[in-house]
Amino acid sequence: MIDAPFKTTGRGIYTDDMTLPGTLVGKILHSPHAHARIRSIDTSQAEKVPGVVAIVIGKEFPNSYGVLPIGHDENALCISKARYVGDNIAAVAAETEQAAREALKKIVVDYEVLPAWMDSEISMFAPDNWIHDQRPNNIEKEYHHEFGDVEAGFASADLVREQRFVCPPVNHAAMEPNSTLADFKDGKMTVWSSTQVPYYLHRTLSNVLELPMEQVRVIKPLVGGGFGAKSEPIPIEIIAACLSMRSARPVKVTYTREEVFLIHRGRPQQIIEMKMGLNRIGKITAISARIIQDGGAYCGFGPVTLLYSGQLIGALYDIRNVKFDGYRVLTNKPACGAMRGHGTVNTRFAFESLLDMLAAELGLDPVGVRRANLLQPPCMTVNQLRVLSYGLPECLDIVEKESGWKQKHGKLPYGKGVGMAASHYVSGAANPIVRSKMPHTTIKISAEKDGKVTIYSGTSEIGQGSDTVQKQIVADDLQMPFDDVAIIVADTERTPIDLGSYSSRVTFMAGNACLDATRNLRGQLFEAAAALWGVEPSQLEMVAGAVGVKGDSKRTMPFAAACACAVTHFGALVSFGTYTPPEDARGGKFKGAGVGPSPAYSYSAQVVEVDVDPETGEVKVGKIWAAHDCGKALNPLTVEGQIIGSVWMGLGQALTEEMIWRNDKLINANFLEYKSPSSLDSPEIIPYIVESNDPEGPMGAKEAGEGSLAAVIPAIANAVYDAVGVRITSTPITPEKVLAAIKEKHARERGKNGGGGAA
Amino acid sequence: MNLQINGQKQKIEAAPSATLLEVLREELRLTGTKCGCDDASCGACTVLVDGKPMLSCIMLAGSCGDAEITTIEAIGTPEELHPLQEGFGAEGGAQCGFCTPGMILSAKALLDRNPDPSREEIRVGLSGNLCRCTGYEQIYESVTYAVKRMRQAEPAGGVK
Repeated sequence: MIDAPFKTTGRGIYTDDMTLPGTLVGKILHSPHAHARIRSIDTSQAEKVPGVVAIVIGKEFPNSYGVLPIGHDENALCISKARYVGDNIAAVAAETEQAAREALKKIVVDYEVLPAWMDSEISMFAPDNWIHDQRPNNIEKEYHHEFGDVEAGFASADLVREQRFVCPPVNHAAMEPNSTLADFKDGKMTVWSSTQVPYYLHRTLSNVLELPMEQVRVIKPLVGGGFGAKSEPIPIEIIAACLSMRSARPVKVTYTREEVFLIHRGRPQQIIEMKMGLNRIGKITAISARIIQDGGAYCGFGPVTLLYSGQLIGALYDIRNVKFDGYRVLTNKPACGAMRGHGTVNTRFAFESLLDMLAAELGLDPVGVRRANLLQPPCMTVNQLRVLSYGLPECLDIVEKESGWKQKHGKLPYGKGVGMAASHYVSGAANPIVRSKMPHTTIKISAEKDGKVTIYSGTSEIGQGSDTVQKQIVADDLQMPFDDVAIIVADTERTPIDLGSYSSRVTFMAGNACLDATRNLRGQLFEAAAALWGVEPSQLEMVAGAVGVKGDSKRTMPFAAACACAVTHFGALVSFGTYTPPEDARGGKFKGAGVGPSPAYSYSAQVVEVDVDPETGEVKVGKIWAAHDCGKALNPLTVEGQIIGSVWMGLGQALTEEMIWRNDKLINANFLEYKSPSSLDSPEIIPYIVESNDPEGPMGAKEAGEGSLAAVIPAIANAVYDAVGVRITSTPITPEKVLAAIKEKHARERGKNGGGGAA
Repeated sequence: MNLQINGQKQKIEAAPSATLLEVLREELRLTGTKCGCDDASCGACTVLVDGKPMLSCIMLAGSCGDAEITTIEAIGTPEELHPLQEGFGAEGGAQCGFCTPGMILSAKALLDRNPDPSREEIRVGLSGNLCRCTGYEQIYESVTYAVKRMRQAEPAGGVK
């Protein structure tokens, strides 16, 4: 990747590495209560602490915000209520961290503690004491979808099974804690922030600070991981700006790791009750799911998460009868948001586990069952998602062969097993979060007389390689040396709008916008050259970067000369390119239809081999074979890196990661107790790239960063079943759960055999 | 206090409770060493102290004495990359790059004591550095790249 020399030598600049003259340290006072009315906040003693320059409380910035237009329920700092342990009560900017911490201790808050809602299945029936007045019964949103005839589908099945699955919350745990440097000077607010969405941050700052967009500038330095943690405006970003505005000095706020966990915005807990009908030849006749999503205390991305759950359940395969009832419930915990794979992950765990259960009962091979339900593109799923390219069959073939599936499944000694599963994801959302006719990405390209090209792109490189792939696309399409292309990114004052790095949209959408820009640039080159040679532009071609008249080897000029010619002709050589998803990819018109549609989907199939210790219940993953259809691998190294990285992240959720609340407190807000796998805990992951050449992807490309995460979780659960015959229906699949299930299975078997035998 | 940083004596004024990480980042503006957790559980703050990888977030700057401290900035530059830095670029070991400085220093310490580690030895040698992006595979490839590069750079006869 192009920024590797800076990252590997410590020269790369992340937000916390930055400082400006006179920068103050910002620190936040967090609520110790999960649910409380704020009667008063007295900052008078705190203001007297030497070194304190400014203290801000909620009512000074009363405009509410939220990433979704339907969910503006957050404020820079709490005004009337604290809604989770960790909620933001006040903020201090001081000359030193020590002074800021001392000041925090001296802020006196009078709370009226209220009963807290900690369990979503109870909270959703709240008669009163609602977390937000405008959300009765603490239900943020509910959706009910039915396609086809689910009852008839179940009736026609040879086997129907229903199962409850529970997935607790997981955290992105990006290595770089959120950090923001804000500088309010001469009426203008400049913010450097570790963000995936400069554009949404820009809009939110303008709203909360009551500054016109032109008076706010957002710049993204290097970002040390996002995975969704930074895909919506995060409290720290707004608070830093408020502190700078109040103190009229630059203010930097960086979260501690504990704060990163406390503010969460990760994958929500979901309780999924799923029912599936399967017939004897392996065809899925119907699927229904009831999902309770514990969203935490604020809206955030919540409804979108829930809709991804419902909309994509039935869209990986050809299923004609699909029912989904979903509830996003508010609780007094930090808000949940988008995390890699978004709402599709937990439901895929439920679906692929349940499918495996039914297949086992009917004596069907799991891979064969997937093959019995494949979509036949081009097609529309029953909920109106358009599918053009579909590499799932090839993914299945590859992992079945490479893993030795047929020799292993059901055939390994007790304690060893293999399991498989599939998953998919969008290559960007076809409908924007903020309804608008604006393109989803606009790219500007300028070229100089010496043939050097600069890309101006609003996209956010977060380690996934987006800067590099855009350079590749432009250099490739203009047939010019890679090193002659520069890229300037993510500065709202210099780069056009890109919606952000989320829902895996950047390669597909910015890539296409780049190609639109290079097409327009080539048009200008041809127009100028044609004028010079007295021919029509249609008589020209570009070969190896040189512009020339077709069939005339005398009238040709190298790329640099063509650029010089165009600069002379037009005065400057600048082109724009845009991308907007096509109408037929935008989905249906029912409530909630806006989420799920995408111009293209990636597909993944995986086989996992495990070793389960029947004495301890410990699950050791030996190897994972993961095939991912990314349309076209424009950069195979980074695509493989994304496949491996996303599978690995799913493995973390499958085996060791969960956020744990005891009463109202998050008790494992650190890396010692929230177990992100180290190298010793991580198995060999073998990636296989499948290229289905999507007709609308830039050079055929689709997403590579999220689609493989979901499959590994049910694949592991299915492998555990193959190894020791127990079915774990919640994550993480801990030794305790496996051991308890093994013991319970043995007890049942002894019971069936009429007792007797040693325990 | 006086500290030996990257071959140079640095005279620092800092509180007795200041950690080496704070001094490196804030006093000396050597921001290549990162803070990922501040409680010794992630390895992003790894520096070499007399060649050994140590966590600078739990070291008091005042207790370093005259130990030779090496940060990522001394290992190479964008114009002249160390083979490890080349490898992390060429084989994808650096995605977001935040764990990378600590990871490279741990890898360097590993290669200094074992120039030809097996994949398993690399796995163990880097087990104190958390990465959230790569799943570690391409990190092993990056280290293996460096091993090969460094072997090529040895004079004939294997004498260093």
